[in-house]
Amino acid sequence: MQLEGANGAGKTTLMRLMTSALQPTSGKVLYLGRPVQDCRYEYLDNILYIGHQSGVKMTLSAEENLRWMSPASTSAAEIALALDAVGLRGYTDVPCYSLSAGQHRRVALARLSTSKAAIWYLDEPFTSIDKQGVLNLQHQLEAHLQRGGAVVLSTHQNLPIDGLRTYVVEPHSDIGLPL
Amino acid sequence: MIAESQGFAGYLRRDLLLAYRRRGEVASPLIFFVLVSTLIPLGISPDSARLAELAPGIIWVMALLATLLSTETLFASDYQDGSLEQLLISPQLLALPVLGKILAHWLVTGLPLTLVSPLIGLMLSLPAAGLLPMMASLALGTACLSLIGAVGAALTVSLRKGGLLLSVLVIPLYMPVIIFGSAAVQSAIDGLNWLGPLAVLAAMLSAAVALCPLAIAGALRLVSNN
Repeated sequence: MQLEGANGAGKTTLMRLMTSALQPTSGKVLYLGRPVQDCRYEYLDNILYIGHQSGVKMTLSAEENLRWMSPASTSAAEIALALDAVGLRGYTDVPCYSLSAGQHRRVALARLSTSKAAIWYLDEPFTSIDKQGVLNLQHQLEAHLQRGGAVVLSTHQNLPIDGLRTYVVEPHSDIGLPL
Repeated sequence: MIAESQGFAGYLRRDLLLAYRRRGEVASPLIFFVLVSTLIPLGISPDSARLAELAPGIIWVMALLATLLSTETLFASDYQDGSLEQLLISPQLLALPVLGKILAHWLVTGLPLTLVSPLIGLMLSLPAAGLLPMMASLALGTACLSLIGAVGAALTVSLRKGGLLLSVLVIPLYMPVIIFGSAAVQSAIDGLNWLGPLAVLAAMLSAAVALCPLAIAGALRLVSNN
């Protein structure tokens, strides 16, 4: 599902509500028909959220960042593979403050390879990513959808991905999102 | 999605690693503590009898200020780079990672302060009888200060210039700690039983370990909701 809307329309707010980073003042977020408060552990264990601030620590290297953000069972080989996949080969042991903005985003996006979550929440994942990176990410999203996963992403780009539905976020609109 | 390593021990290890990577910054409260303490004999008098009288209180006030200096940064970088949000949506008790972060904070501020305090004690002519009680009371007391300060740091994390507000919030809560901390040292110098005030400090620490992480978890959720 793709969230669209003007700047300030509330895409990020909606996404933070869905990930339970924000508590709704009215209404509730349901997961498999149950309010997320009732199945908090189950739900949060199954989601992956990459927001504007990606959680990448500047003083840690790409590898250390990814190791920290990945499930404990992830092997060193899987980490290396994930970093390769986002084109960070050769940058894995450099502190992140010496990498570019696009590379920071790539470190965060490498989590998509190591995560076992079924629901991905990606807030503007294409920011500062180059063309090749955008293509790679598209393929990754398609593969995830084919595996039966779900993706909620906000972006202004038109993505040629099958089965991607678009929701336009407007201020003060009452939307019921089927998840 | 959760990394299982991200509990108490995970956060303790990560924050220690982060502190090691920016060790210059982390050492500044300690340098502040030492430098300001050297100003005291210059400002008051090098007369050892007068200094000895003031030493317990001065060392404690310096330790408190040095801890306060570093408290502000406890959650700031996690808030700015989004790790705090990731922590908030991780399926686990918030209190344990928070406690891990605070222990890491104490290990890089409170513990070094405790370890250099005998040096400062000598410089301020603290009687030898007061050295051990001072170290013991600082070890327990700075841990209390870290825990209490973390509550303030969590409440003010979203503010641009939260430092002053943080001081206003936590200094009143620091008062019992400094009262019993310096009382332990003073009692030992006067030849009284100093285990009493120390026991009170230990009791405060136990209460703080139990309660502060809960308050911090609540504060962090509150802040992220705005």
